Amino acid sequence: MADLSCKIAGVTSPNPFWLASAPPTDKQYNVERAFEAGWGGVVWKTLGEAGPPVVNVSSRYGSVDYNGQRMIGFNNIELITDRPLQVNLDEIAAVKKAWPDRAMVVSLMVPCNEQAWKEILQRVEQTGCDAVELNFGCPHGMSERGMGAAVGQVPEYIRDVTGWCKTYTDLPVFVKLTPNISDIRQPARAAHEGGADAVSLINTINSIVSVDLDIMAPMPTVAGKGAHGGYCGPAVRPIALSMVSEIARDAQTQNLPISGIGGINHWHDAAEFIALGCGSVQVCTAAMRYGYRIIDDLVDGLNNWMDSKGYNSIEDFRGAAIPNVTDWQHLDLNYETIASIDEDKCIECGLCHIVCEDTSHQAIRASKDSDGKRSYTVIDDECVGCNLCELVCPVPDCISMVEVENGKPYLNWGGHPNNPMRGG
Amino acid sequence: MSIQKSRLSVEKIDENFVDLHAPLNLLQAEQEAARCLFCHDAPCVDACPTGIDIPGFIRKISSGNLNGAATTILEENIMGGTCATVCPVEELCEQVCVKNTSEQKPVVIGQLQRFATDHLFAQAKQPFQRAPDSGKHIAVIGAGPAGLSCAHRLAMLGHQVSVFESRPKAGGLNEYGLAAYKMNDQRAAKEVEFILGIGGIEIEYEKSLGKDISLDKLRQQFDAVFIGLGHTAVNALGLDNEAADGVYNAVDYIEDIRQQDLSSLPVGRDVVVIGGGNTAIDIAVQIKKLGAENVSMVYRRGLKAMGATEYEQEIAQTNGVVIRTQGKPVAIHAADGKLSAVEFEYTQTDSNGRLVGTGENFSLPADQLFKAIGQSFDSQPLSDSEGPQIVAGRIQVDEQQRTSLNNVWAGGDCTTGADLTVEAVNDGKLAALSIHEYLK
Ligand SMILES: Cc1cc2nc3c(=O)[nH]c(=O)nc-3n(C[C@H](O)[C@H](O)[C@H](O)COP(=O)(O)OP(=O)(O)OC[C@H]3O[C@@H](n4cnc5c(N)ncnc54)[C@H](O)[C@@H]3O)c2cc1C
Ligand SMILES: Cc1cc2nc3c(=O)[nH]c(=O)nc-3n(C[C@H](O)[C@H](O)[C@H](O)COP(=O)(O)O)c2cc1C
Ligand code: SF4
Repeated sequence: MADLSCKIAGVTSPNPFWLASAPPTDKQYNVERAFEAGWGGVVWKTLGEAGPPVVNVSSRYGSVDYNGQRMIGFNNIELITDRPLQVNLDEIAAVKKAWPDRAMVVSLMVPCNEQAWKEILQRVEQTGCDAVELNFGCPHGMSERGMGAAVGQVPEYIRDVTGWCKTYTDLPVFVKLTPNISDIRQPARAAHEGGADAVSLINTINSIVSVDLDIMAPMPTVAGKGAHGGYCGPAVRPIALSMVSEIARDAQTQNLPISGIGGINHWHDAAEFIALGCGSVQVCTAAMRYGYRIIDDLVDGLNNWMDSKGYNSIEDFRGAAIPNVTDWQHLDLNYETIASIDEDKCIECGLCHIVCEDTSHQAIRASKDSDGKRSYTVIDDECVGCNLCELVCPVPDCISMVEVENGKPYLNWGGHPNNPMRGG
Repeated sequence: MSIQKSRLSVEKIDENFVDLHAPLNLLQAEQEAARCLFCHDAPCVDACPTGIDIPGFIRKISSGNLNGAATTILEENIMGGTCATVCPVEELCEQVCVKNTSEQKPVVIGQLQRFATDHLFAQAKQPFQRAPDSGKHIAVIGAGPAGLSCAHRLAMLGHQVSVFESRPKAGGLNEYGLAAYKMNDQRAAKEVEFILGIGGIEIEYEKSLGKDISLDKLRQQFDAVFIGLGHTAVNALGLDNEAADGVYNAVDYIEDIRQQDLSSLPVGRDVVVIGGGNTAIDIAVQIKKLGAENVSMVYRRGLKAMGATEYEQEIAQTNGVVIRTQGKPVAIHAADGKLSAVEFEYTQTDSNGRLVGTGENFSLPADQLFKAIGQSFDSQPLSDSEGPQIVAGRIQVDEQQRTSLNNVWAGGDCTTGADLTVEAVNDGKLAALSIHEYLK
């Protein structure tokens, strides 16, 4: 049994799985049941200023279903908590007291002025929570009021607000980043400059999940109208992984702790975030889709996998994939693979042939003998090693990409003869 | 010759006895697991006598955590490997799968269970650890599913266990009774080895209760006793010529199927099976697979009243067994001490629901007759000691498997309840938990 405990920016938890700031973490009743189920920590649903709470619409969620599977992508047009501030604060204090070993991070979003942040921090500190997370990510509803993504898209604001928070609290400050920006390193660097103890990413992505063709309105619809909402769930994971890797290998932010978020459904998704440097991971959609009980396999699966690899702790493999993330111009242009089809496994569906044929390489020949038996042969000289055929093949291990021993040395674009800008 | 060995070639016999369901491959398992909805408060869990967290283990298959999936299964049912292929899932977990309603097809829970447990067993991994030694020593009588399940749970809880088994091999009917095409590749023996792998369990083979050991003595020597004797007697027809050549107790012949070289077994041309339970189906199907030409299974009531499930009846029929109903055996005909025919009287159900003869008979030529009209519990092994209360021919137990004797528990076929492997495993587990409480 490996040790799954984690420590990130001074916050500890018995396992790296936290529930992300969202409806599953919006009240004591929920969070306590999550802790009973085994979650290592929570980021409480984002709190706003004192005063009348926000008002939510109905309905609020949209789904991307694919081939009979529900919610491979998910979006929402909810706002921050719609419960009174003091109620939330009292409950946070009660839960932290009852569950001292779990990470209790409180997400915050108040208007972009120093006084507002100072006031809320003073009140939040009273709860005994472990850290705060600044929600600079919410892409709808709040940004129109100059909060959330409206702040997260302007690095200077991030830096300044983070700086205020560091001035007014001793609690570790996590800055939650919006992916609705072209270069994620900019807001991460700004958070770092402002003194952030960690960044959390990603928040949700601007989206319309579908258009109802009968009522001619985007989903979810509210009285016949719809608005763009925040996209999350398994479909966004690749975007999140890429953004995490950018921050993890950026010279300025490479030592900045990261709490990884976005589409984590199974333990191996979490392991991938950790391999790219994350110190904890956060989950929202999967918990909303199935309930808190998914923590059982998240913990057990990660544990069994770590045992099988001989990793004793999260630190043993955290960041292990970062050195292998590079930029395209550093990839070896002399490295070659070609497709190889295991005829014994082939079920004769023909997909490898047609995708190669119509994706322009024409490297898999299709033939049919007099008995109607189909066979597919790779034309080695035509195969560029793109691995499209391997990806579409429905049979595990039927098509594999085999390395060609060409004896050529490492050569990247910088030194390639075809590169007009090649350094002399 | 009417009865002969090797009616079929060795190759043909091997082909006939392959697994009833081929093991799922990875792709099938993934796709089937993806069909599971991961229901909350899932009906399948309620329907499993051992209460396996079925949605939980299937989610672990989906995530690629196969050892975790197997452990989830074995935590509740240490014989989850055997149960995966022998449970009548069509009447248990799969019957209540919500996908029956939405897609007219359940998730194949049994086959997924096999996929996961096979994966773990292939690595010879022991997922459980023993609690620190409790200093207590418990006697288990019978190394069948009930006894071994009890022994394993007790060992896990830190107790020392001695198992007394009258036969030379452990496993009970897993080893000697279940249909060969459900239990290929020495699966029963491998499972026993896996169970013993936890440590703390010692089996004393060829030690019979009532002969080599007595309940009174065991109760004095050990801190607690569990009885898992199974059925100890077979029912007889009570007709003349029952000892004629060619007349067998189905369970005895089935034992030979499981223990002998299949091509060495005597197989008739015209075979009659009497009975309507799963044992009758199992012998009928297996004798057909061994090469018998005409196999008739005759049951005294109608199809609906049969103990064998509809699915089992279907297996018999697709294997070429003729199922005849409303026929009660009235005579066994023999010539020169050799079976020649079995005579039946047509029956019907009268207005009071009673089965009555019609006075009309039919006769089936037979060179082999298999009696599969039920087994029972014979309390003879207990007769030299103060015995537990017996009710309706079985040892009486409460919901914790406690007998009327203060330090004696019992479970499996020798107690009341459905005679299924999974029920025996659950009885053994419950008894172990109760013994553990008692010894605290
Ligand atoms: C032909 C047949 C097919 C079956 N098919 C299925 C099936 O497909 N699915 C299913 O779920 N169930 C099936 N069953 C039922 C299932 O096998 C039993 O319910 C189950 O084995 C009961 O377990 P047990 O431990 O109570 O008894 P057993 O399996 O009978 O084990 C009892 C053990 O006690 C030992 N023993 C007996 N007397 C003594 C003694 N005096 N001293 C010491 N040891 C003793 C025996 O040798 C044996 O090892 C089948 C049964 C039969 C007969
Ligand atoms: C319904 C809903 C409400 C959310 N509310 C908040 C919020 O209040 N504050 C916040 O920082 N993120 C919020 N999020 C974003 C999540 O915390 C998380 O960053 C995002 O959903 C990506 O993770 P996932 O793919 O696991 O869902 C919300 C997400 C959803 C689906
Ligand atoms: S999940 Fe369904 S029942 Fe529950 S609040 Fe939403 S719409 Fe209402």
